[in-house]
Amino acid sequence: MADGERFNMEAAEAKVLVRDVNVFYGEKQALFDIDLDIGRNQVTSLIGPSGCGKSTFLRCMNRMNDVIDGCRVEGSIKVDGDEVLDAGIDPVQLRRRVGMVFQKPNPFPKSIYDNVAYGPRIHGLVSSQDDLDELVQTSLERAALWEEVKDRLHQPGTGLSGGQQQRLCIARAVAVRPDVILMDEPCSALDPIATARVEELIEELKKAYSIVIVTHSMQQAARVSQRTAFFHLGVLVEVGVTEQIFTAPRDERTQGYITGRFG
Amino acid sequence: MTDRGLQQHSGAEAVMHGSADKRANEEAARVRRRYRSEARFKAYGIAAIVVAISMLILLVGSIISTGWSAFYQYEIALDVTFEGSEIDANNPRTANYNGFIKSALRSQFPDVSGRKEKRKLYGLVSNGADLQAMQVVVDEPVKIGKTVRIWVLASDDIDSLLKGYIDRDLPEEDRRVKDTELEWIDQLKSDGRIRWSMNTVFWKSGDSREPELAGFWGAIVGSFFTLLVTLALSFPVGVLAAIYLEEFAPKNRWTDFVEVNINNLAAVPSIVFGLLGLAVFLNFFGLPRSAPLVGGIVLSLMTLPTIIIASRAALKAVPPSIREAALGVGASKHQVVTHHVLPLAMPGILTGTIIGMAQALGETAPLLMIGMVAFIVNVPGGITDPSTVMPVQIYLWADSPERAFVARTSAGIMALLGFLVLMNALAVILRKRFERRW
Repeated sequence: MADGERFNMEAAEAKVLVRDVNVFYGEKQALFDIDLDIGRNQVTSLIGPSGCGKSTFLRCMNRMNDVIDGCRVEGSIKVDGDEVLDAGIDPVQLRRRVGMVFQKPNPFPKSIYDNVAYGPRIHGLVSSQDDLDELVQTSLERAALWEEVKDRLHQPGTGLSGGQQQRLCIARAVAVRPDVILMDEPCSALDPIATARVEELIEELKKAYSIVIVTHSMQQAARVSQRTAFFHLGVLVEVGVTEQIFTAPRDERTQGYITGRFG
Repeated sequence: MTDRGLQQHSGAEAVMHGSADKRANEEAARVRRRYRSEARFKAYGIAAIVVAISMLILLVGSIISTGWSAFYQYEIALDVTFEGSEIDANNPRTANYNGFIKSALRSQFPDVSGRKEKRKLYGLVSNGADLQAMQVVVDEPVKIGKTVRIWVLASDDIDSLLKGYIDRDLPEEDRRVKDTELEWIDQLKSDGRIRWSMNTVFWKSGDSREPELAGFWGAIVGSFFTLLVTLALSFPVGVLAAIYLEEFAPKNRWTDFVEVNINNLAAVPSIVFGLLGLAVFLNFFGLPRSAPLVGGIVLSLMTLPTIIIASRAALKAVPPSIREAALGVGASKHQVVTHHVLPLAMPGILTGTIIGMAQALGETAPLLMIGMVAFIVNVPGGITDPSTVMPVQIYLWADSPERAFVARTSAGIMALLGFLVLMNALAVILRKRFERRW
């Protein structure tokens, strides 16, 4: 694949620039020379069979791999020009800028309000209780959850349905005002109706954030994302405009995966 | 259908019908066998539980049946004359109250003569009767110069007799209470001068050589101070060690080594900790002997592994998704632990701690080594006062020859068991109350 296709975005449009990223778990190499640009206010989906390294790649971008023993990341990832993999960078500050939503809804066993307010509180984003109330409300509104929970903000977040919990997790991620939101199969534990709501939400969120979503559902990738990257065995096989990937893939491995020959 | 059935099926047509019947029979037999073995398995379990419960009932039953009589005591009424000439009203504690008690007994039984007989007569009431008499005067000085009927404790032999532990039908030479004493007691009884009352001494005072004056309160307070020291040392150290090992420590050979040794430490016989305490805390650091301070330090060494292991298990049980969630919104490692993991693990940690404390409460051997086995009459007032603890007090009483100490030993065991049950109940309540679901 020619470099022109890999970096087929204007420099100004790219929010995250990934260059030559190699990831090792101990001796085993999980990702090989990944080059990828994440577009500003775009949804980029990462697809590929299980174990191909898409989640690993996602977790590199906010250095969640740091907590895994024996995990080593090499290369360069720049968010708005700031090197993420620099030893000098504080992963905690980074994770405020690069938020994350996980596969399984994982609200804290606290009230709905506290779930959303937790991030702003620890980062000192608000100075008064009124500001915090407002931030919680806007975050929940952004996550399209406000109407459903506004009367029970102080009930436990774990009492919500699975889909609501996932939207609560999105509200929690949004509340710290990140630049980028990483979503690791956010709908895999949800039913189709809840999935549809979250997908609508992603559509809405991309106006304000750059989103990277790992998904096993190719339909979902096709529905929500503007660009799609196909990973296979730790290699970024192909990346391009979603439509092109699904209608005219250049690589035959991509072709094979999207037509369901493996995966 | 089994493989064998399939093979038979594919066999000759002629035998097919017969083999199908046979197969059905085999199938039915197998099902019956399975039911039988399941029923048998269940029966084994029930039998084990029945055995365990009956053992427990036997144990508790025997303790209660021997110990319940220690919770009440017989008293004898004496008309004591507090001679005004012999009591200094400004300093009433100095008078010879023993003399008043003796003269009261003499006037009660004027016929008794001879040294031996008189000594027997004085032996009807407890050695502590004079203190009871003194208390009356100290409380109400107006009684000086008057004759007052006061109830004093019966001596342990008389108490045992009245409780029915001494057989009146035995020949006199085999009986601790002689015929003359029986006569006196019968006379006192017919005069209405004998009654029983709740044994408040047991819950109020420290140890004594006289069973009727021996109390458990000193041991209870000693245990309390000891456990206080144990808790203050082992809880923070244990929880912090567990948090470091579970959340922060790199997984390498060194931490493996530490982990193995913590597990080993949990298996070290407790007497070894006692020897260590003797060598290090008493001999090297010169800390006070028989003190709850040293007892607490020694017991916390023993409790630490329990708390560390329980706390690590509780921390490990917190789902990783909660950690990831907190990390994902930009919480630092330390915030993840203090804001999320630790609160969720707390019920488990507290349960482990209380279990460890209960273990420490029942521990005797290491405390023997550091001198907490001494005979201590005073109720300790702090962690450096000499004291004993409940299990050691029980051990001391069990070692005493007097008949009345048998019941007190069992009563002490009941009190100790009561505290253990309370602590375990507390652990259950904490777990139920603070357990959160996710």
